[in-house]
Amino acid sequence: MDISLQAILSQAMLGLNNGAFYALLSLGLAVIFGMLNVVNFAHGAFYMLGAFVALLGYDFLGKWLGDEGVRLSFWAALLVSPLLVGLLGVLIERLMLRRLYQVDHLYGLLLTFGLALILEGLFSNYFNVAGEPYNGKPAVLEGAVNLGFMFFPKYRLFSIVLSLAVCFAVWFLIERTRLGSYLRAGTENPDVTRAFGIDVPLLRTLTYFLGVALAGLAGVVAAPIYSVSPKMGSDLIIIVFAVVVIGGMGSIMGAILTGLALGLLEGVVKVFYPPLANTVIFIVMALVLLWRPAGLFGKEA
Amino acid sequence: MEARQLNVGEAIPFEPTRRRTAYWPWLAALAAAAIIPFGIYPSFVMELMCFALFACAFNLLLGFGGLLSFGHACFFGSAAYLSGLALRDWGWTPELGILFGTAGATVLGLLVGMVAIRRQGIYFAMVTLALAQIVYFACLQLPFTGGEDGLQGIPRGHLLGLVDLSATVAFGDRQLPLALYYFVLAVSFGGYWLIWRTVNSPFGTVLKAIRENEARALSLGYRVDRYKLAAFVLSAGLSGLAGATKALVVGLASLSDVSWHMSGEVVLMTLLGGMGTLLGPVVGAVTVGVLHNELASLGSWVTVTIGCVFVVCVMAFRRGMVGELAHWLKRTL
Amino acid sequence: MHAPFKPLLLSVALAMPGVAWAGPVSGDVVKIGILTDMSGVYAGLSGKGSVLAAQMAVADFGGKVLGKPIEIISADHQNKPDIGAAKAREWFDTQGVDMINDLVNSGVGIAVQKIGAEKHRITINNGAGSIALTNKECSAYGVHYAYDTYALAKGTATALVKQGADSWFFLQADYAFGQALQGDAAKIVTSLGGKVTGTVKHPLATTDFSSYLLQAQGSGAKVIGLANAGGDFVNSVKQAKEFGLTQTLVGLLVFDSDVKALGLAAAQGMTFTTAYSWDINSDTRAFGNKFLAKAGSMPTMVHAGVYSSTMHYLNAIKAAGTDTPEAVMKKMRELPINDFFAKGGKLREDGRMVHDMYLVQVKKPSESRSVWDQLKLLATIPGDMAFKPLSASECALIKK
Repeated sequence: MDISLQAILSQAMLGLNNGAFYALLSLGLAVIFGMLNVVNFAHGAFYMLGAFVALLGYDFLGKWLGDEGVRLSFWAALLVSPLLVGLLGVLIERLMLRRLYQVDHLYGLLLTFGLALILEGLFSNYFNVAGEPYNGKPAVLEGAVNLGFMFFPKYRLFSIVLSLAVCFAVWFLIERTRLGSYLRAGTENPDVTRAFGIDVPLLRTLTYFLGVALAGLAGVVAAPIYSVSPKMGSDLIIIVFAVVVIGGMGSIMGAILTGLALGLLEGVVKVFYPPLANTVIFIVMALVLLWRPAGLFGKEA
Repeated sequence: MEARQLNVGEAIPFEPTRRRTAYWPWLAALAAAAIIPFGIYPSFVMELMCFALFACAFNLLLGFGGLLSFGHACFFGSAAYLSGLALRDWGWTPELGILFGTAGATVLGLLVGMVAIRRQGIYFAMVTLALAQIVYFACLQLPFTGGEDGLQGIPRGHLLGLVDLSATVAFGDRQLPLALYYFVLAVSFGGYWLIWRTVNSPFGTVLKAIRENEARALSLGYRVDRYKLAAFVLSAGLSGLAGATKALVVGLASLSDVSWHMSGEVVLMTLLGGMGTLLGPVVGAVTVGVLHNELASLGSWVTVTIGCVFVVCVMAFRRGMVGELAHWLKRTL
Repeated sequence: MHAPFKPLLLSVALAMPGVAWAGPVSGDVVKIGILTDMSGVYAGLSGKGSVLAAQMAVADFGGKVLGKPIEIISADHQNKPDIGAAKAREWFDTQGVDMINDLVNSGVGIAVQKIGAEKHRITINNGAGSIALTNKECSAYGVHYAYDTYALAKGTATALVKQGADSWFFLQADYAFGQALQGDAAKIVTSLGGKVTGTVKHPLATTDFSSYLLQAQGSGAKVIGLANAGGDFVNSVKQAKEFGLTQTLVGLLVFDSDVKALGLAAAQGMTFTTAYSWDINSDTRAFGNKFLAKAGSMPTMVHAGVYSSTMHYLNAIKAAGTDTPEAVMKKMRELPINDFFAKGGKLREDGRMVHDMYLVQVKKPSESRSVWDQLKLLATIPGDMAFKPLSASECALIKK
């Protein structure tokens, strides 16, 4: 089978699209892990929740309020959904996660795993696991652009640009602003940070809010592309874990770049040997671990 | 701020059991298990026994080695597939088929273990999870696994070529698959017994020392990585034994056996029953099994319930059912 | 210290109703189990609707057979063969279930038919499509009622190749059903002189078909054959539009509910084969409207098949004077099926129920007069033309 350049480029574009989501999600996961030492297994569930807020806001809000005309538009959902998901995160951090910082980090993982099951199960009861279509895609983004080698839907292009913009904004926030420097200080040396009069518990809550809100945002952006289903997050979360392990927890930029690169890799592998596409990320992970146990951008422990 | 970190499984301080001669609890358990099929639906009990063995094998790693693997389903499931292949396509006898599956899981355990033990704690969990996904996709795509259909129609065959395992015995108006039941009973008790011996051996003691303080064990001259790997391989092999036996009982191997939900399930069984206790995983497996069975008609509420059990265990109940009891009785169970 | 089973398990001991074979009806009740997909990709085309269809059949039959009550129970197999098989085994062993119906998803269907063969109980596949059910996996206790992959592929592929659509690329759901459907369709396309340029497999319940569709686009084939069903079919058609694919999309298994989900604007012109559609004749319309009133949607061919086969099963019990599976199967083979679903339908030795199939086309939005007015009949395919002939069967029960 001869492989055309067109096929490679097309699949690479789709891969970049997936990679943008990997980057957005692994970024949130890395932020939470860096500050709280919690592997947020519920990250996929928050992503799913973000998508559902958009879906429910568009299709059901009017019915609930008794006025069919009321809808949460896609643009509003981009703000509202991460906020709501983030607030749920705050609640969880304050009520549960906070009590687990003193014990083995594994308990954080187990707690969030339980939370993920609860969220997934709740939504499975009311929604088809095959997924509900999201109909709120803005009219401006309908249609496709001719990239020369393929027709690429405008909305997908928009989702890549938006995800990357958000990723770099978060990178800027953490690496280049005062709040970011507090966050980093709180991660590296909580005792000293506290001695400087900084409210470390508040910082932690804020961090969890930020990380979870990023997952919620990713969910809204994903809603018009993939159908919104209760299981959409659990399928993705393990890949994102692998991305995080490959990138290492050392840097924010590491998480972003690894996410993008692996999405691209996955897309290109689909052209050359499709059966391997599902596993290529995990194979890369095993190889990276053998070669650099701390990950590509991680600092050696 | 960096208070002393409690290790997983540390809740139960371990004292080596000196009562090695106490065989009566084993005999009592065997006797009880032997009469169960006359009262309770045997297919269900056989499945529970397989899950209990799986949880015990998992606990060997988590409870006594302090290593949380989040990909143990890959050993359970791959053994189910391999023994299914040997039994159905190659016509092997049941005991050889199960051995083949177990051996396969052991080899897989060696491979996964060599990569995974390079990282610790949460990383270890994520790495095992990700590696298990490779196995999952392999089981989805390999020609003999039947993809989404699973490997169906695994025959029970004749044990050692002699005893027909699909034979049933009439009891009242029911047909009891007693031959299979006693075979499964023997296999799982053999497995529990091996785990019990391992935990009470010098090897088990070193393992626990590593769990308590890895640096100290290292400074005492123990080759920590080798001990960890050995524990990992043993745990993988026994998980495989459980999976292979389950395939024989159910007559099919399917993707749910290798999926990460199964990995989560075995973590829950161990956590709920009490990690680091010998009896805990069994109690946990039975509880989770009964929960599934009783709530089956409620659809996704099962998932919600399981999630809630997880949350409650982690927040309030970290010793697990048997662990809390043991703590209260101040003895090991 | 290792006696965990007894006390815990006795506390949850399952009460087991006996399966007495003394009277004409085992356990003094005829129990029918509907094992289906309640929450997955196929929930819409089977699921609760199938339970309703079975209940309607029982009610129309009079609620009793040979003076004994008829009971219906249902469960969700979640599209997992292991769950389906375990449920079926438990139903046969402890609940005294006499017959299991629906069985959407071929993986589950095959697994349950095997259990039925082992336990000597009747299983009727209406939802599952794989041709293997009456060939390699055939059983003396298994019935394949509504449709199968061979009949679907034959009707649709023949019609399209004759119109000149002679190069095909397949998107295939990666399990027994998808394999069978793709295999049967590919054989028919090549036997008529067409060619198959490639096939790509996707997992059940995929949400993103974009990369598969791009492969199909790159293949240069005139037709993209969709060997998938339900939500997977709907999603692949929608995303093909999104990426501006210009090839002809052909659904090899399409249900009325899928057409509804896509809307006529997206689905118009699509040709496919079906075993039932509500608007074919006055009988089909009568059943369709009755079902619509209760369920809020028109029945799919699975729903119609569940109703018709349940009725046929009950008639067979009445004629046999017992619910002993062997006797009932014999009667089910003897009695012709004459109802809204089949005219002169006949249950063959390999388990296949042979009846007429229909080639239909999705209407243009302008042609549709009401919400459910979506299909027009192109041709009726006689049963012996539609289904795989007995002479070509690989079923071991057939003596040659």
